[in-house]
Amino acid sequence: MVDFGFKLSSSNRIDLDSCDSDLFLKLKAESGTIKQCIACGSCASSCSAANFTGVNFRKTILLIERGKNEEAKELIKGCMLCGKCTLVCPRGINTREIILSINQYYKKERF
Amino acid sequence: MKERIIFGYDPFVIPFTLGVIFILLYLGTGTVRILLSLKREEAINLLSSIFSVKIFKTFKDILFDVLLHIKIFKRNILLGYMHTSIAFGWFMLIFIGHIEVILYTPQRNGVIYYPVFFRYFVMETSQTLRGAFFFFLMDLFLLIVISGVALAIYKRFRSVRLGMKRTTRLKTGDKIALWSLWMIFPLRLLAESFTADISGGSFLTSTINNLLGRFAESTLYMDTIWWAYSCALALFLFALPFSRYMHIPTEILLIFLRNAGIKSTSSRDGFAESEIYSCSSCGICIDACPMSVSGNKSEYTSVYLLRKLRRRRQDSLFMAEQCLMCGKCVELCPVEIDSCRLKLLKKRENFPNKIFDYDYLGKREPVVESRANLEKKSKVLYYAGCMTHLTPQIYRSLFNIMDRAKIEYSFMDRDGSICCGRPLILSGGENAAKDLVEANSKIILSSNADILLLSCPICFKVFNENYNLKGVKVMHHSQYINLLIQEEKIKLKKGDFSVVYHDPCDLGRGSLVYTEPREVISAAAILKESSNLPNESICCGGSLASRRFTQSERDSVTLHSLEKLNVNNPQKLVTSCPLCLKSFAKLNKRETLDIAQLVENQMI
Repeated sequence: MVDFGFKLSSSNRIDLDSCDSDLFLKLKAESGTIKQCIACGSCASSCSAANFTGVNFRKTILLIERGKNEEAKELIKGCMLCGKCTLVCPRGINTREIILSINQYYKKERF
Repeated sequence: MKERIIFGYDPFVIPFTLGVIFILLYLGTGTVRILLSLKREEAINLLSSIFSVKIFKTFKDILFDVLLHIKIFKRNILLGYMHTSIAFGWFMLIFIGHIEVILYTPQRNGVIYYPVFFRYFVMETSQTLRGAFFFFLMDLFLLIVISGVALAIYKRFRSVRLGMKRTTRLKTGDKIALWSLWMIFPLRLLAESFTADISGGSFLTSTINNLLGRFAESTLYMDTIWWAYSCALALFLFALPFSRYMHIPTEILLIFLRNAGIKSTSSRDGFAESEIYSCSSCGICIDACPMSVSGNKSEYTSVYLLRKLRRRRQDSLFMAEQCLMCGKCVELCPVEIDSCRLKLLKKRENFPNKIFDYDYLGKREPVVESRANLEKKSKVLYYAGCMTHLTPQIYRSLFNIMDRAKIEYSFMDRDGSICCGRPLILSGGENAAKDLVEANSKIILSSNADILLLSCPICFKVFNENYNLKGVKVMHHSQYINLLIQEEKIKLKKGDFSVVYHDPCDLGRGSLVYTEPREVISAAAILKESSNLPNESICCGGSLASRRFTQSERDSVTLHSLEKLNVNNPQKLVTSCPLCLKSFAKLNKRETLDIAQLVENQMI
């Protein structure tokens, strides 16, 4: 095939019916606050760890909702659990519980 | 005094004797197991604490805590009397029983059941002085014990009268032991009364014997009652290991181990086992716990957690994750069980250590931003920490105060802080927190500061306990402001408004800083007391330790705490913790200030 120097980009479509929603459902069952998120980004902007690295809790919730659990875990692993995000969250989301639960979920899966 | 029965034996002693043999074997095995699990240096510490003057403290603790229950007396006199009368009274009954055997029937020394059933086996023909004296003592202590049991029964129905709003829910084993304990002493009284005309008695037993003699033939019922008494004792002894009354023997072991400086290293085994079995389920922690105000959360209090740990239940982890770790239950526990430490250990055992990754901290060069001249090494290094960054009014006020006092300082984390590590430690991540501790230590030590000044009690506790900062004095800003006032670097005018001070858990109970903040406030305003003692202040509800608390549950804790603080109707509420400030300011109808803000307002 002739190389024109460009190619088709792969699909970014997320099929919510077939994605891995296991972790999201588990978190929803635990205290359920995860589904209250309005993605305002207060957590990400106040984050202590975000000063040094790419920790972003708002994005983590988004990724988990879309079933990209592995990416979510990678994004959150630098979290220092300081709890600022819990205090600033206007929706009262129990952020530290969710972060610890994600990590505990992976602890059970992997190690 | 003569023996009535020649062989010194009657079949009714069998249940009791079996019970005693069973419990002695059980306790012996348990003690050996706990002692064997000690590490070498712990065992050496234990031995050296036994063979030194420390042993006197151990004996004193055993007398005061196990027998006299001084701590419960301090909480409530009736409750204290209930515990003391049963514990000390029963001990004296056993003790005097042994003395009687030694004095009057020395040939029966070492027979397990003889001191307990002494009155069955002897007969007293004439009232000798010695016999009358001991019989009087025995009757007296029996009366004391029975009065305690009566109070205990009353407490089952009206616990509020004994200063307890809630009492512990009992399990089957507890109930069997409880009922048999209640039965033991009335049965003993009846049994000794029935034989009082043969063996002799005193004011209680002789009187009842006279009374009973009018309508019951004592010799007919005598054996039955002594059998019942022996069976009640046996039932209690057999139920003991499966009930809360295991605390009676275990607490002695616990005191020995604690005075040797041994601390728990696992949430269930070794020293922790002696702590768990020492819990008497008295329920004092239920009323103390701030969780109890929020609906069904009272079932997560320390007493129930210890019970779950004892039975090795899986859900003990979930319960440990509920706790706000304010430490009030540890402060009030009459047995001084460090349940918070057990909770931490439980969380630590289940923490996903391998997932958290703080490599990015090590790659950074330590940078200290300074408002003062960087060339001159400033003596004071200020670390705001995560929480104070959310309440910048605190450090702004503090900087104004320090500027007025002409103190030079550096601001360690103006451009964002590395967390002190305590939130991680509280979640069980002691190992993961080491990276944060290391990164912060590097910055602090490279700054050559003399004083590390902190605004957040959470940081204050961890910098004191988990950091190794040689030559750096860690100070909370309430202590530092007090120092500035004492050195007359700042002057305050006393305001005409009243304030109440809230002791943050990690500053008060956690680090024992009670007086300095109060001295500062007294210089700036009229200090009113809250309804709680300083060491019993109630968590603001914001605690980072609890992973499970939802926002509404936190709010109910905050409101409860506010209610207790505002009981004397102060105009303002002052605290010295950014997290408390944030929790209270949201729900308090009065003005809520940090101690630094108060001082800034009152500075001349």
